[in-house]
Amino acid sequence: MMNRREFLQILAVAAASGMAIDSKQALAGTAPANFYELPKFGNVSLMHMTDCHAQLLPIYFREPDVNIGVGAAVGQPPHLVGEAFLKHYGIRPGTREAYAFTYLDFKAAARTYGKVGGFAHLKTLVDKIRASRPGSLLLDGGDTWQGSATSLWTNGQDMVDACKLLGVDVMTGHWEFTYGAKRVKEVVDKDFKGHIDFVAQNVKTNDFGDQVFKPYVIKVMNGVQVAIIGQAFPYTPIANPRYMVPDWSFGINDDDMQKVVDEVRGKGAQVVVVLSHNGMDVDLKMASRVTGIDAIFGGHTHDGIPYPSQVKNAKGTTLVTNAGSNGKFLGVMDFDVKNGKIAAWKYRLLPVFSNLIEPDAKMAAYIQKARAPFIAKLDVKLAVTDDLLYRRGNFNGTFDQLILDALMAVKGADAAFSPGFRWGTSLLPGDAITMEKLMDQTAITYPSSTLNEMTGATIKGIMEDVCDNLFNADPYYQQGGDMVRVGGIQYVVAPNNKIGNRISGMTLKGKPVDPNKKYKVAGWAPVGEGVAGTPIWDVVAEYLRDIKVVKPRKLNEPKIVGIGKNPGIAPGLA
Amino acid sequence: MNALRRNVLKSAGMASVVAMAATAGLLKSGSAFAAWNATAFDAKSVPDALKGMGAATPVESKNISIKAPDIAENGAVVPVEVTSSIAGTTGIAIFAEKNATPLIASFTMSNGAEGYVSTRIKMGQTAMVRAVVTAGGKTYTAAKEVKVTIGGCGG
Repeated sequence: MMNRREFLQILAVAAASGMAIDSKQALAGTAPANFYELPKFGNVSLMHMTDCHAQLLPIYFREPDVNIGVGAAVGQPPHLVGEAFLKHYGIRPGTREAYAFTYLDFKAAARTYGKVGGFAHLKTLVDKIRASRPGSLLLDGGDTWQGSATSLWTNGQDMVDACKLLGVDVMTGHWEFTYGAKRVKEVVDKDFKGHIDFVAQNVKTNDFGDQVFKPYVIKVMNGVQVAIIGQAFPYTPIANPRYMVPDWSFGINDDDMQKVVDEVRGKGAQVVVVLSHNGMDVDLKMASRVTGIDAIFGGHTHDGIPYPSQVKNAKGTTLVTNAGSNGKFLGVMDFDVKNGKIAAWKYRLLPVFSNLIEPDAKMAAYIQKARAPFIAKLDVKLAVTDDLLYRRGNFNGTFDQLILDALMAVKGADAAFSPGFRWGTSLLPGDAITMEKLMDQTAITYPSSTLNEMTGATIKGIMEDVCDNLFNADPYYQQGGDMVRVGGIQYVVAPNNKIGNRISGMTLKGKPVDPNKKYKVAGWAPVGEGVAGTPIWDVVAEYLRDIKVVKPRKLNEPKIVGIGKNPGIAPGLA
Repeated sequence: MNALRRNVLKSAGMASVVAMAATAGLLKSGSAFAAWNATAFDAKSVPDALKGMGAATPVESKNISIKAPDIAENGAVVPVEVTSSIAGTTGIAIFAEKNATPLIASFTMSNGAEGYVSTRIKMGQTAMVRAVVTAGGKTYTAAKEVKVTIGGCGG
């Protein structure tokens, strides 16, 4: 197997041969023609995409500058940002790869290297890999049907058809379930039948614990039996509305995972992989506890990880990957299977640079057709931004700040909460904020905005609860979202403390938040059933139409204490 | 088969089937059959409940496994399974340590029954779920944390 040193050497060679190019070349349009040339290796190849969040067209996506690891995860992938990330993986600053994998110099790099992703571009790339690796499979880790206006307005149908056209072979899910159990079953049983296997070993009925979906599929590639086991997002009924999937139980269930691995090995599978929506920290822990898995192809936490983490367990080593989000990356894993075992492997996480890839004509035509009925609504211009707008990061993003400011202004609230979603595309200064771009941040099936009176104690309780979902030292108690975004209230956070003791120093307009006093708090995306309210996109659209231009605004981020030197946060932020 | 099973239950009513199973001698629940141990079930703390059961100082045991979710999907119905591989297990009790009355259920086994119970418990907040096993006149214990969260804000 290739170790990290060899990987770094390959990267160095690649850089020397012009694979990683500087901005001048790109500006001059001299990107290397061989950027996506991957010499064939081995006899079993798996492509992996995840968390595309229904982005059919190329977009910008800024990676986080705050992604703090706690407990055993301090300083370990995926909890590295910026220069620490580049150093760990041996990527040169200022390169195309540095732009793809980090937030560094994002505005300038985005203008230089352009947009990423897009299904027509992805299709060209997938077909190119397939041509050199006949019989290879494309795995989709889920969060595919949600994240755009058109996916919401078509009940996910635009993405269902796009994935069939793209050639996805196996899929698992998370946000898919927010269209409701009935809709998921309808797609799996009808649209996907004979095309895409939807697998999830950890979704069972509440009453008898029966499997809702196939737990796995076994495919044969060049005579090698390859088992792909599905692991849906374990906390779907908690992080998202329970009422959407009232009769199904989820969970990590690694005892059951072990049974399934043993079962497929017993059936003769020579390669066993898990297509997972656990999130990377949970995958790393699962890899240390369950034996017999060759690789976990992970998603959910949106970590673009160039090189797999190798996790030792009682009987061997399991590779753990995570393939980023928003169609920005395509993972390619090549296994060389000899005498029934993996003798060697190679992995690449390819950034999908839209201006280096000729879009596939058929997919481009499909996308245009799928969007046509909605174009007028999508293109409505609400405002122009002077600032870089993004979401991703542990505590806040500029687009979330905009949503918080809109909620407080429109609803007349003292404070506001906005969920710590990790999807949502980025906009460059000068870009128009169209309805489509606003929907990229808000397109969910439970969009009601709310205004509630809460005591200071309740506000703190909510913040502590969500913070524990992010910073519990045991990954199995983490849910994989970021911290709830807080508007109007300043606070101090100590990620390494325990629940109840992480949040302190809460102030509102310079005054301490009184535990007994009631405050008006606005929010959106309630997980309880029957909560009515104006959809969040209408609230923010009203605000944007009013202000017309989004000026750079103060990002309300907490003071972070007690984490020492942590490479999961950009210098100067803690 | 599954559909059939479901229909049987629907027509019969879940509770009555369970009751039938119990009267048929398949299940012997302490709360239903033994004298109601009010001292233990009404106790407001784990130590008091243990005292009421006559199991004041159970020994930590690795031979008890508790299967429960790390994070509850619904605090009102948290599935809990306890398996005791301790020879001669005659009793399994389940506690939710932060409930107002922590002792939730007490099962009595006899005639070499398998040391396994599966039930659903109600939890108001994050707490340790503790199992106390009686075997050969001694008591053993193990615990697992189950988190109860307000939900939302994920992914």
